Order: sequence, then C-alpha cells, then structure tokens
Amino acid sequence: MKLRIVISLLLSGLVLIISCQSEDDLEFTRYYSNGMVVYQSKCQNCHGAKGEGLQSLIPPLTDSVYLKTNKATLACGIKYGLKGKINIAQKLFEGQMPATDITAVEIAEVLTYVTNSFGNKMSVFTAQQVSNDLAKCK
Amino acid sequence: MRKLITVVVLIWLYGACKFNGDKKVLPIYGNRQPVTKTVNGQIVTDTVYQTIPAFKFINQYGDSISNKSLDGKIYVADFFFTTCPSICPIMHRNMLDVYNTFKNTPDFKIISHTIDPKHDSVPVLKQYADKLGVTGNTWWFLQGKKDDTYKLSESYLVRKPQEDAKQVFIHDGSFLLIDKQKRVRGAYDGTDPKQVSQLITDIKTLQAEPDEITVK
Repeated sequence: MKLRIVISLLLSGLVLIISCQSEDDLEFTRYYSNGMVVYQSKCQNCHGAKGEGLQSLIPPLTDSVYLKTNKATLACGIKYGLKGKINIAQKLFEGQMPATDITAVEIAEVLTYVTNSFGNKMSVFTAQQVSNDLAKCK
Repeated sequence: MRKLITVVVLIWLYGACKFNGDKKVLPIYGNRQPVTKTVNGQIVTDTVYQTIPAFKFINQYGDSISNKSLDGKIYVADFFFTTCPSICPIMHRNMLDVYNTFKNTPDFKIISHTIDPKHDSVPVLKQYADKLGVTGNTWWFLQGKKDDTYKLSESYLVRKPQEDAKQVFIHDGSFLLIDKQKRVRGAYDGTDPKQVSQLITDIKTLQAEPDEITVK
C-alpha cells in the first residue's frame, strides 16, 4: 500500500517533469499510470509484481516477441479470457485465464502498461484501437 | 580514526544486545485448560493446549495422509483450490519461498488443503504440484471430503470457507504454523511477502525450541 503511494507520487512527479513534452507523450504517461492501477487490481495476483508469472502454472508477461506478434488479439484475451495451450517464453502453458469485465479504455491502459514494463517496449494502445480489436474477437 | 573505532564498537555492542534479545518464544494459540493430577503424591497443575484433531486425507501421489503422518513434525497449513483466480496464486508464490527454504529439512512439512475436492482430484493436484515445481514429500496437497476439510479448518482458527451466492469460494489466505505437539504457534497472511518472511524466521525459532515430551 505504501509502495503504491510512493509509486503514485513518483509518477505524478514524472508527469510534472515531462509536462512540457508533446501531447503524445502525455497521452502515453496517462495511459501508463492508469494501466498500472488496473494491473495491480486485476492482474498482479497471478502474473506477479514484476510480470514474472508463476512457475509453469501462470505465464510471465515478459515475452516481448509474443506480445508484438499477438498485438491485435491481446485485448480479446483480457476481455474474454484465454483457454488451452499457449507457448510463452519457450515454455508451454496449459490452463485458463478468466475473463475480465473491464472497459475498452481500461484494457488500453493496462496493455500500455504491460507492453512497456517488465522489459517490454511498445507504443501506446489507444481506446479506439482496442475497440477495433475487440470487434474482431473470435 | 578514534571516532571511527568508537562508532564501530557501538554498532557492535548494539548488535550484541540485539542478538541476546532474539531468544523469542512463539505464543501458543487456542483454548487451554488446567489439568490437575497427582504425581508422586504431589498435586501438579498442568496446562493442556488446544491441538489439531485427527484427520485423514489423500495427497497428490494418492497416498493416505493422516494426523499421524505429521507426528513430531513442524508444519505449515493453508487452504486453497487449484482454479482459484484471486489470492491462491499469490499465496503459493509466497509459499514457494517457504518450500525452497526448508525442502531439504527433515521433520518439516507443508500441507495445502483443497476446499474444492470435486474439481481438485488427485491427478489435478499432482499436475498442479508439478507445474508449481514441487517434488518429493515436503509439500503435500491434500484432498478429502469437503465437510472434513471445512470442519478441520475451524481447528486451525481459520475462518470457515464459505460459498457465496455465486458458488465462488471465499477463504482467507492464512498460513498456519503448527508445532511438533500439534499446537497452533502462528498465523500469517499468505498474500503478504513480509509476513511470509516472518513465518520463515518463526519456523527457525520453532526448530530451535527444545523438544517437549508429547502429551497424549
């Protein structure tokens, strides 16, 4: 809890420092910091504070290649859950990720956070993009 | 230079004092009753502490495990189920620390009782243990009649697991530390890494405790 406050303070400090930067950077920071809050409440118990997963039970979120290759379907996985076999970080996982009832904006935020944390570096996920992706879920 | 020596000596002294104060005795939880008996013509009052009652379950290898399997062992108990999406992964991520610290220690066990025996059959528990990287006989995942498990949970001073309207299990993530005499010596929030490191410290304290004669 204390850590969360410290992190929030640091992040707001960060927001202040880069407030002279462009609109795009601001958007990224907003998505990223909100995404962290969503991550902590909806994802962290299973995937861990460092996105490390749990042994062979829960996949880590550190596989940048997987995230890049599956960019367009990540939103569907979060919203409707995942089931069956999945190959992450050269390891086969089999199980089930429950569906999460969160909005397109929250999905965009958490995806921005995850794909730019734990050693990953991708661009911002916008709410518009996530809505488009969700419309194509199988 | 002299100042430096003074500082070093002071720190050393402080450390020494702290070390002496470390001889902590863990509390004994639960009800207790005074029992008066006559030994060698003298009236002696003894205290009988609440202990974990008899039970019988099956572990992930299909072996029968009873309270007798834990005789003379220090153990940690918790309640979980394999499909739990909320606090179980974080509990067992933390329990892995306990497991890795003591997996080669004789007379130490971890027992995780499933509260969903309908789904968590022996093969399901074995697969769960495998995926968690748990081998050998230090950490048992126990399955049995749901009523038995629920009833047993009461003797661990744990809130009884309940099913809410959605049939989703709610349970608290407690880790219970049980001594060789089957008395509860500590309760920790299994979702909090800080409390779990306290548990690891307390297990070491308990291991250093002189053995008492087991009162039957």
